[in-house]
Order: sequence, then C-alpha cells, then structure tokens
Amino acid sequence: MNKAAKDNKLCSMREAIAAYVVDDCSVCIEGFTGFISFAAGHEIIRQRRRGLTLIRMTPDLIYDQMIAAGTAKKLIFSYTGNPGVGSLYCIRRAVEKALPCPLELEEYSHYGLVGRYAAGASRSPFFALRSYVGSDMLAANPLIKLIDDPYGTGKIAVVPPLNPDVAILHAQRADRQGNTQLWGLLGMQKEVAFASKHVIVAVEELVDESVIRADPNRTLIPGLIVDAVVHSPYGAHPSYVQGYYDRDNESYLAWDKLSQEHAAVIAWLDEWVYGLENHAAYLRKLGQEHFDKLKPEPLLAPSVDYGRYR
Amino acid sequence: MSEPTYTESEMMIAVAARMLEGARTVFVGVGLPNIACNLARYTVAPDMELIYESGVYGARPERLPLSIGDPTLVSGAISVVSMADLFGLYLQRGLVEIALLGGAQIDRYGNLNSTVIGAYAKPKTRLPGSGGACEIATNAQRTFMIMRLKRRAFVEKLDFLTSPGHLTGGDSRARLGLPGGGPELVITDKAILNFANPEREMQLTALYPGVTREDVQAEVGWPLRLADTIQETAAPTNKELRLIREEVDPHAMYR
Repeated sequence: MNKAAKDNKLCSMREAIAAYVVDDCSVCIEGFTGFISFAAGHEIIRQRRRGLTLIRMTPDLIYDQMIAAGTAKKLIFSYTGNPGVGSLYCIRRAVEKALPCPLELEEYSHYGLVGRYAAGASRSPFFALRSYVGSDMLAANPLIKLIDDPYGTGKIAVVPPLNPDVAILHAQRADRQGNTQLWGLLGMQKEVAFASKHVIVAVEELVDESVIRADPNRTLIPGLIVDAVVHSPYGAHPSYVQGYYDRDNESYLAWDKLSQEHAAVIAWLDEWVYGLENHAAYLRKLGQEHFDKLKPEPLLAPSVDYGRYR
Repeated sequence: MSEPTYTESEMMIAVAARMLEGARTVFVGVGLPNIACNLARYTVAPDMELIYESGVYGARPERLPLSIGDPTLVSGAISVVSMADLFGLYLQRGLVEIALLGGAQIDRYGNLNSTVIGAYAKPKTRLPGSGGACEIATNAQRTFMIMRLKRRAFVEKLDFLTSPGHLTGGDSRARLGLPGGGPELVITDKAILNFANPEREMQLTALYPGVTREDVQAEVGWPLRLADTIQETAAPTNKELRLIREEVDPHAMYR
C-alpha cells in the first residue's frame, strides 16, 4: 500500500503486525507510561516473532512480557522499571541469566534517546545535548560521543539518528487515513512516528476526517506517514489513555509479584496471550465492569474559536 | 503541648520541604520527593510549580501520582509538552531551579549510580538506569538528593557513575563545562549533608533529634567530613505533621 495515498488504511491488529513486524526487525511501541499498545505487543507474541530489536524509553510491562516470550534479542532503552512499582524481572532475568535467551542492551538517558528519535524524525545527522559529560554512560555505549563544539563552547555530547523499522503508537482518535489526534502526555510519539520507516496507529475511536479538521492543533501524526490504522479500544490496557481510562494499577502491582518466577510468566502468557484469539477476546475475558471502574470523571476543556476566514 | 511523635519518613519529608523555601520551579519524581514538594507548597514555597520529566509544567495533581507519567499530572497543569521540549526548553534552557534526585549509590562528591551493582557487562544487579537523571544532574541550577542513609548506598567508590555530581571535587565540574551548579544537599533519614567547602566534598551539617555523629558515620563508607558547626534539625512541627497526614499523604502511601 502507498502510505501517502489517501486510502482507507483500516485493518485488524493481526493484519497490521503480520504485514509490518517481521523477524529480526526493529520495533518501537512507544508512549510514556500511558498510550502503550499492549494489544500490539500481545499480537507480536501471539505471532511468535523472533530476533526483534525492541526500542522504548521505558520498557514497562509490555516489553517485560515480550522479552519473557522470547521475541527479542536486543533492547534499546533509557529506563527499565515497572513505573512507580519496582523492577522488571523478566528483563533482569534475560540480562542477568540469559533466560529465556540472551538480551543485548543499548542504553541511553531519556534526553539521549529522545534526541535519537528527534534526529531520526528530521533525518538530521545527529542530535547535540548537554548531558553525559563526566558520566560512565559514555563508556557503556560507544554510539554516544563527545565532540568539540565547532562554535567554541567546549565538549558536547551527540547521539545518532534512530529510525525504527516499525513504530506502533496508540492515541485517542484517528481517521481512516491515519490522521491522528492525541492529548495528554505527548511523550515522544510525534518524533517516533516521523522517525520510523513504517507506522501503525492504534486508536480508541475512529472518527471522520471532518473531526480531525475541526481541531488541527491537536493532530500529532499526519496520515501521510501512517501505514495502518487499527481500531483498538482499551488497546493500551493496563496502561492508560487520558480521558478514556485510568492505569489499571492492580495489574502493575500483580505483575510485580507474578513476574518474579519465569514459570509463572509462561503460565500467564498461555492464559492471557496465546490462549486468546485477539484483543477483543482479552477484553471479554476481563469483562466490561472491569473497564467501567477505570473510567475517570469527565473534565472537559472549553472549545476554542479557530475563526472562519473566507 | 506534648512532643509530637513521627516516623523517619515524615522527618525526611518535613526537612526536604523546608529546604525548598521560596523555590519557584522544582523538578520532581514520585514518592517522597513529590510529597515534600506538596508540603512545601502549603508552607514555605506557595508559588512553586512542579516539573515532571514526562512533559508537565505546573502540575496540580488531585491525587498522589502513581508514577511520573500519571494522568492526574496532566489534568489542571499549566502546560503539557513533548519530552523533547521538556528536556530542551525547560531543563537545558536552565528553567529548573531545584532538582530532587536519588540513586542506589552516592559517593563523597555527590555523584550518583542508578545503573548497575557490579560490573556493567556482567551486573550483580541491573538497576533501572538513568532515565532523565544524567541530564537533570547536568543542567538543574541546584540539585538536592533525598536518600536514606545506608552503608551500601554511601560508598567510597561507585560501581557506575550515572549522573555527575561534583565529579572529582573542587572545580572539576565547572572545568568540564557542566551548566548546573551540582549537588548542594543530601537529605537523609538521620542527618543533613552538604558540599559547602572548596573541595565540594560531602560533609555532615545537621543531625536529627537523637542521632549522633557516630550513628551517621556508621552508615557512610568513607571517613565523613564534618562542617565547622553541626546544627540540630528541629523535629517536624504539629502543623507539618497535620499537613502530611491530612493533606499531602492522607492514605499513608509513603509513610
């Protein structure tokens, strides 16, 4: 499909993953604490991809699960923890004990990885930032370099562009061409979308193009760079989507306990991923009541006047 | 009036809040630092705006955030920006007055390790890594550490230097061109330490009620320098305790 064409790019998550996520490619499922497409991660596990390079600033539960399932050979990241809870035990087992397989790490600070996305997005040769001077992170990752500022302010750190093969980004809404609107923590979604060779957007709501055009300041990702649009309600569970559902913190706490044993993780994957046909089946298994409890009270922003000029 | 009873965490929260007096912008993590900032807003820093690395300026969370990416930080904030803008336009631009940091290990010059225990290539324990800490420690005007005093944390030599403090001491930080002022205070559960000497070496400056110099030295892995005068830090007041218990941490999540 020609992504630049104004085609209907709507497809199922199964079709999107089958088309764009192949063995040994680099995959970036982003979203800072919220907007994390667990639906995509689970589908990648279900389709038994192998040898992936997983890219994410904060690996979160979804990469812990994908790594325990044996999909990955490498992780590019800037903070690996269960946010607000503790460790990610599957990633630690892969690093410390090569279980279920060895995992190569490529490590940055947040601004360093944001900078790699930003350079990748604008096809710049590198991104310069005030960080890393004096830190052992320079020795741990030879891709982070110090250069002499050509304008004479001394040493400055640079990082190279990062262009993932596939990005999978969750948001509130998009139209069928992939024009995508997101509000809440913007994270690095825009930079990742523009940096990546292929982009899959997963959204809570499919809307008409007129809804997008009515509020253009809210459009983060243009359909011009989107390959596939997946209607994926609750697809970020147990992470959250601003205004739609809260983080399911019980799941994060439960994972902290459950994930301490590899065998328990495999049993969980059998029940909640391999044993289910798709994300709709996952939602049915949890039940609508579960999600009703995660719905926040409304807090509407007043609308703005763009003006009509003709 | 009877002597108030309080926990070590409440003492740390009260002390950290007092140190934020008059602060306009504070770069904050979750947990105890977050509670300290909220307490400071009620007491010594009413104009304080909270900055989170997730991209939030001027958060007014209605609940205690579960993580630095909690949606409660968005609703009611002054501005929500991309992380590229947060790190570039707020942090590197120099708009962060005070950053609160912690780590698994700290050395005498306030350098922090949050990456590994053991060798990097074959770690005994893999820790979360930098997150934003390396650039926060580089660029914030002032850095305060909030850490419990433990011998395994206050070490002679870091296993890995994640975030630069005063590096090898003296003016080594300025010579390398780091823009921020570096570590200023270490707020612990037993004492306050600072770096107010030409060598920029950590020194004991205040003891909490009932704590001795020996108690502090026992938890530090090098001969700890002493400030010229050592103060006794006042216990949390009834007002501070009431605010902590009723307003900023009513569900006792971090006490």
